[in-house]
Amino acid sequence: MTALAKLFRTTAFKIVAAYLLIFALFAAGVVFYLARHTQQLVVSQITETVDLEVRNLTEQYGIGGIGRLVDVIERRTAQPGSNLYLVTAYSGDALAGNIVDIPVSVLQNEGWSEITYRHPEAGNAAKESRALARVTFLSGGFRLLVGRDFEERDRLRQILAQPARWAVVLIVVMGVAGGIFVARRVLKRIDSMTATNERIMAGDLTGRLAVTGSGDEFDRLANSLNAMLERIEALMSGLKQVSDNIAHDLKTPLTRLRIRTEEALRSAKSEGDYRAALESTIEESDGLIRTFDALLMIARAEAGEARHGMSDFDANDVAKSVVELYEPLAEEKGLRLAADIDGPLPVHGSRELVGQALANLIDNAIKYGAAGRPGDKSEIRVATHREDGSALLTVADHGCGIPAGDRGRAVERFVRLEPSRSRPGVGLGLSLASAVARLHGGELRLEDNSPGLRVTLALPAQGGEGA
Amino acid sequence: MRLLVVEDDREAAAYLRKALREAGHICEIAYDGEEGFALALDGEFDVFVIDRMLPKRDGLSLVSELRKRGVRTPVLILSALGQVDDRVTGLRAGGDDYLSKPYSFSELLARIEALARRIAPQAADTVYKVGDLELDRLAHRVTRSGQEISLQPREFRLLEYLLRHAGQVVTRTMLLENVWDYHFDPQTNVIDVHVSRLRSKIDKGFDRPLLHTVRGAGYMVRDGAR
Repeated sequence: MTALAKLFRTTAFKIVAAYLLIFALFAAGVVFYLARHTQQLVVSQITETVDLEVRNLTEQYGIGGIGRLVDVIERRTAQPGSNLYLVTAYSGDALAGNIVDIPVSVLQNEGWSEITYRHPEAGNAAKESRALARVTFLSGGFRLLVGRDFEERDRLRQILAQPARWAVVLIVVMGVAGGIFVARRVLKRIDSMTATNERIMAGDLTGRLAVTGSGDEFDRLANSLNAMLERIEALMSGLKQVSDNIAHDLKTPLTRLRIRTEEALRSAKSEGDYRAALESTIEESDGLIRTFDALLMIARAEAGEARHGMSDFDANDVAKSVVELYEPLAEEKGLRLAADIDGPLPVHGSRELVGQALANLIDNAIKYGAAGRPGDKSEIRVATHREDGSALLTVADHGCGIPAGDRGRAVERFVRLEPSRSRPGVGLGLSLASAVARLHGGELRLEDNSPGLRVTLALPAQGGEGA
Repeated sequence: MRLLVVEDDREAAAYLRKALREAGHICEIAYDGEEGFALALDGEFDVFVIDRMLPKRDGLSLVSELRKRGVRTPVLILSALGQVDDRVTGLRAGGDDYLSKPYSFSELLARIEALARRIAPQAADTVYKVGDLELDRLAHRVTRSGQEISLQPREFRLLEYLLRHAGQVVTRTMLLENVWDYHFDPQTNVIDVHVSRLRSKIDKGFDRPLLHTVRGAGYMVRDGAR
């Protein structure tokens, strides 16, 4: 019962039922129209026959008077299946004919009327019949009625009504059966998809929906859901990787923090020792906060949350101000920070985040961009230009670069390619720049600057082609 | 100064009160939004320090309600949400400055003092003067002992900000926010390098330094002799 109820509730069944109703109404309409039309045809045939006969009899009357008319009518009525006739004198007495018991009023007026009559031979037991009749006044006060029974019409109606009734029954039965059939087929696919989904929701992320290969809409749905599951699985494993990294890279400084505090408690002698320990604790926790902030910012940029704070700004203004911010620092490290920036470069996005991404890239270049061999020029070049609807912000150095095989890994969180981790930083700079690029619908490209590294922050440009 | 701190974390609030008193300020505490609202309307305060997430009434609606009632007192919003757009919503609600948690006390103090100074009349002066150092905001001229010092535009703005807050500690993040208009953490000591460049231009060759480094906090321009 519940299975049947479920079946009736399915969309497929409802659609079939609605279709069935519309179709049945349409079919009924067609049958009705046909029946009406046929009947009209029959009636017009009757009137034609009667008209012809009236003309004929009037002619006979004209030739041979009432005697001849009565003769002809008696001859006609003797034949089986004849028309209906009645001739009366002015007084109303019947002179000839094959009907009795018609209302007197019928003969009062000339013209067409529907009458109820009996055959005279059958007497009172005869059943009443209906007919279409025409009354004509003849000269000399005689009245002539010629009519034809509706029997034919009624028979035709029966002939039509019976199959029509069966057809409706058949349509309904077939419609319901078809509905159940279609609904069950659809339901089966949906049920199997639902079951797979529930298994996946229960935690088995490797599960995939079955694809029959027929290319129907269910296959398309299954394919797109499978693609979604693929993405979720990739994200989940990425998340796991990240949380492992976070665990490692946050626990390391936390451990250091704890050891130093413990050490101070255990062995500090003077106030100076305590002060030094506390200061290093604050420094270490500031580093942790910084890491935490960067992680949060990456997470939010990746989730696309910063999107509502976006506006139009000039990427070149940002590049200029960040270069200007880092220029003295680069100089102090013996590097030249050269800028190749001109003209406005409008971009839609977060000025703040793009500025920070660029700052990270320049910061990296200053940290790792010192010439590998003496004699190489130690220059960091920041350039911006527009190319195919993209605003490109490039930071190129002549440092040790990143081997081609490691470039993909370099943008991952907490990845520091230098195994000794001797230089400052936590390995979030490139991840943040890459997250910012993706948030804006762009990308971060790492290329060889031979020697050195060239990092390009590509953002969709505003205005002009393709933007 | 009289300060109103609206903070629901009692331990943090007690620490703030103690530290602010040690810095010479009078500090009232409210532990939820409603109490804070009532106190803010009643008392005479120089600066409000309001946590963003509060019981009963959240910090942002508290600030915007105060602004609607015509309360002009500067507001520093404290929040665990420190991202760019959080800051923007905080400032849009009527806050004057935004500091994300966890913060260092010296940073908080420097910002409170800077806020109080903002409404002080000398902010509108066209010439800032500390000791024998003069900065003319209209003529874009800096002189020390009558000797002209040539500065890059950014160095000028850096000095202008430091002079406007002469006698107050100015932190590195305050400089990055107000001189460069960036709110991120620059990771490395970029600001220090700019300040030391500026220092070499205005202090070098003079026997009395005016630009001082305040250890663990930031910088301060002050006439040492005073």
